[in-house]
Amino acid sequence: MATHHSRPQFQRHFRRDDAHIPFTIDGTAYSGRRGDTVLVAIMSVTGQLRRSEFTSEPRAGFCLIGACQDCFVTLACGTRVRACTTPLEAHMAFTTRESGNE
Amino acid sequence: MNETASVVVVGAGPAGICAAKALVAAGLRPVVIDEGLRAGGQIYRRPLVDDGRSATDLYGSEAAKATRLHREFDALLPSIDYRPQTLVWNIADNQLHLTANGVHQRIGFQNLILTTGATDRVLPFPGWTLPGVYTLGAAQTALKAQGCTIGKRVVFLGSGPLLYLVAWQYVKAGGDVAAVLDTAPFAAKLNLLSAIRFDPRLVLTGMSYAARLVRRGVKLHYNVRPTGVDGSQHVEGLNFKSGAKTHSIACDAVAYGFALRAETQLADLAGCPFRFDDRDRTWLPATDDAGRTSCKGIYLAGDGSGIAGADAAEISGELAALAVIQDSGMAADPRRMSVLAGARRRKAKLRDILEKAFPFPQNWFDQIPGATTLCRCEEITVSSVIDTVHGNDLRELNRLKALSRAGMGRCQGRMCSAAMAEILASTQKLKLPEIGRLRAQAPIKPLPLSLHEAGS
Ligand code: FES
Repeated sequence: MATHHSRPQFQRHFRRDDAHIPFTIDGTAYSGRRGDTVLVAIMSVTGQLRRSEFTSEPRAGFCLIGACQDCFVTLACGTRVRACTTPLEAHMAFTTRESGNE
Repeated sequence: MNETASVVVVGAGPAGICAAKALVAAGLRPVVIDEGLRAGGQIYRRPLVDDGRSATDLYGSEAAKATRLHREFDALLPSIDYRPQTLVWNIADNQLHLTANGVHQRIGFQNLILTTGATDRVLPFPGWTLPGVYTLGAAQTALKAQGCTIGKRVVFLGSGPLLYLVAWQYVKAGGDVAAVLDTAPFAAKLNLLSAIRFDPRLVLTGMSYAARLVRRGVKLHYNVRPTGVDGSQHVEGLNFKSGAKTHSIACDAVAYGFALRAETQLADLAGCPFRFDDRDRTWLPATDDAGRTSCKGIYLAGDGSGIAGADAAEISGELAALAVIQDSGMAADPRRMSVLAGARRRKAKLRDILEKAFPFPQNWFDQIPGATTLCRCEEITVSSVIDTVHGNDLRELNRLKALSRAGMGRCQGRMCSAAMAEILASTQKLKLPEIGRLRAQAPIKPLPLSLHEAGS
């Protein structure tokens, strides 16, 4: 599927030259910027965060303030994080191949 | 062993900051619990790292207030017990249940000031779950806190003061604003003229955004109803009606919303009685002029007690703190309290007028196809909710939630409860207050999987 390789949704207007923070999605290397949330880091390089549980539609967050819970992403270790309220850390490895719903 | 605090303030936006300041001035040392990383709330949110923008770049006409509140809060830090990145997820037996960094903790309180703020009020339309569709507040947060726009070419849609403000902020930041689509008729804006006497600065600044957008060549449409989003993986365009005419615009993002809805879950769990508010079209915790609820020791301030805006939040935050001080048998300046109460009433009048200028789209569902997703968590459609209402002759919101599963997902109805209420009431020809309100449930937000008790 590799749909996350689609075009970036978000456009950076500031912090473009800030320190690069490396992360991966399904093993592919990307970089965010110092001061990014996980959501901004991912949406600045791809077009979606995850697929919905029941209909497998692409989702990309909605409220950005921790209210809608639409933006959960899964780390390779299995931990789920709420992308819009979690600061990006170097070497975070995200996987879009979810094992289950919870 | 659980600790007990004499005063806890939940939230560190304008209401929480002003409450904390007044408490400290009276010699108290409040615990201030903030879900955010840095105080300021949503409106005066600070970027995670300095990105070279000035306060004016970040907060526009409200820069002076933002700077003052941040400075005041930073000065309070030695005198308060500040706990950022901490979620209060339940209140029971005069105890707050918190988690921070996956660690679970409880704090008892004698007095509690809830300043839980608000989230965008949204309604479903075809395509609203597609990547690229965000709330107006999200569009603003992306820019303010992260320096990003939600797309290359953005359509702004909805009703509320935020609509024109955020569209203008995008233009100023170098974003391409494809159009501003107001769901209200242009005539509604004439109401703003009668609001000038309550807050000339706010009203005139607000009106200037529309003028500035037009000068930059941004098309404004009124009386809009969206009919669908183009694209299967992400937004490629938006189709809409404006009056009788149909239009379509190429864009890769849509920001929309209909003013705000109060976050009232903690007040509900604390057992505060609610009243129906006609203007906000929802149930709100009942308080007196100073923010006292009928639950002993529990006070409310800011948008979480009814949408009134950031300036009103500063007033109500200080008032609630003075009420705590007064009710604790300490001296609170009664003249200050009556001045603040008067100012708060004037803000409420202003809000009534703003609601007329930016009205809620009451006939929204007349044009929404049944196949549209209503509950984005559980992925329940509008027609399946309507069928559940008809099939069981439902007349109460919690029953509808139980039987349709709409509102049962991770957002706990934050993104669909306004829509559910409108649909249930109109389907059954009932008035909104007659169908009840969704009860809050703990935890009010999903908790991390591995929770440890502090100290264990
Ligand atoms: S985008 Fe809504 S909770 Fe993250």
